[in-house]
Amino acid sequence: MTTLLRHSKVDLALHELRPGRSAGRPLLLLHGLGERSPVAPPAGTDGWPGPVVALDFTGHGESTVPAGGGYTPEQLMADADIALAHLGPSTVVGRGLGAYVALLVAGARPAVVRGAVLADGPGLAGGGPTPGSTTVLLPHFGGPPTPDPYALVELATDVRPPDYAASFARLAIQLSGLDEPVTVAARARPEWLRAVADEPGVVEDSVEAALAAYGLVR
Amino acid sequence: MTTDPGDDGTVTYPGARRPDRQRTVRSDGLAINVVEWGDEQAPPFLLAHGGFDFAGTFDVFAPMLAAGGWRVVSWDHRGHGDSQHASLYSWNADVRDALAVLDSVGDEPLPILGHSKGGGITLQVAEAFPHRVSHLVNIDGLPTPRPAPDVADHVRTQLLAEELGRWLDHHRTMAAAQRKPGTLDELARRRARMNPRLSHEWLRYLVTVGGRRDADGWRWKIDAALRMGGFGPYRNQWGQDRLPGLGPPLLAILGRQPEQMGWGTESRTLEPHLPPGARLQTFEDAGHFVHIELPRQVADLVLEFVA
Repeated sequence: MTTLLRHSKVDLALHELRPGRSAGRPLLLLHGLGERSPVAPPAGTDGWPGPVVALDFTGHGESTVPAGGGYTPEQLMADADIALAHLGPSTVVGRGLGAYVALLVAGARPAVVRGAVLADGPGLAGGGPTPGSTTVLLPHFGGPPTPDPYALVELATDVRPPDYAASFARLAIQLSGLDEPVTVAARARPEWLRAVADEPGVVEDSVEAALAAYGLVR
Repeated sequence: MTTDPGDDGTVTYPGARRPDRQRTVRSDGLAINVVEWGDEQAPPFLLAHGGFDFAGTFDVFAPMLAAGGWRVVSWDHRGHGDSQHASLYSWNADVRDALAVLDSVGDEPLPILGHSKGGGITLQVAEAFPHRVSHLVNIDGLPTPRPAPDVADHVRTQLLAEELGRWLDHHRTMAAAQRKPGTLDELARRRARMNPRLSHEWLRYLVTVGGRRDADGWRWKIDAALRMGGFGPYRNQWGQDRLPGLGPPLLAILGRQPEQMGWGTESRTLEPHLPPGARLQTFEDAGHFVHIELPRQVADLVLEFVA
């Protein structure tokens, strides 16, 4: 089942991949750069008692492709927050770009995100810790309407300073009330993710183990 | 409602002149409103307005440059003035829009002036495309470090958390957001909070240019999705580190009077980072909107710089 949620002038597609088996909290999946929501719950989510849902970010999957680009990870964080406003408190698993967005929203909505799992996937590194020489990147057109070519170029090059990312991990740690609100499941370690993994209170574990632990959290 | 003087669009301001020509440029599929003052055959000069402004804020300044022998071209940033409201707003998107306008003017290098956010955008254009810019004029839009508030770490965390929550709350209600209607005078007084040094008469004139009259009153045309403040990974340090290597000749203009919309840039922090040969001109009795407060002095300075 797919629900459309309005974010400014964009309709976001939120897919329910599996209804809850008990009254458990939803598990929200955030896809990687250029991807879309999976059609079935992915490996590692089998044990989750609540519903498993997945969000198509702006310009991806069945969500609106806006004119004129202008993508930022912060904008996608607001996409995720629109989904959270609909779902209520949820545990979030993000792949690649979605992992960075999961971290941002875990820090910005510490009472609503009950555990964030950061997994490998496309768009994990972004544009690195500092900008290079100034340029203007143009998208490659061609292929299907989604993902939006502007999303592909803008969200592959956004700068992700390690201390900026770490500040979101600290917000989650200080304000969520959870002992370990962020789990790094990715094997790759771009600089922002290394800084996050180094924060006391952030743990490194598999998606399965993280979900087993977050499933017990109130 | 009672009839507002100016409801017929005849509010005037001494020296203000609406553009001589208007056209539309498509940027990434978005309609960008472009305006021009002066002789179409004269050499072009590009102006970029600041955040929450619009090209009409140059209605006094631009005609002075036009009278100095220039074809003055400006545009409304996406979501501002008469340009299309976008779904997404970002710094890079604004830079691409600026390039679309630049491309519509021609291939030859030309002088570019930017104020505030427009100064930051045009600085980035000059960094990436030095061959397209003959002279760069920047009015209070150059990167300098801002002192962080001296507060304890836990307070800083709380401030960030509150700002993030407000920003996300705004996004949750954006779809239904509308600018608040009012009379000409009410909109002018509201804008005075952002422009405390500018006269009521000028702000009233701006309402008739940057606002539209609906059945329930005047509204600013700017997209209600746009919001002051915000946060993100950007560091002024990054721009500051690139400044000494800027290619085109630079004239930097600062007003010394601090105000809310200003960037808090001071000569002493800016000077060490200016490129060789750059000129820095400060005006003691002006704030962030120097070219609106002192249009004649700034126009003369700019005309002499690009001569």
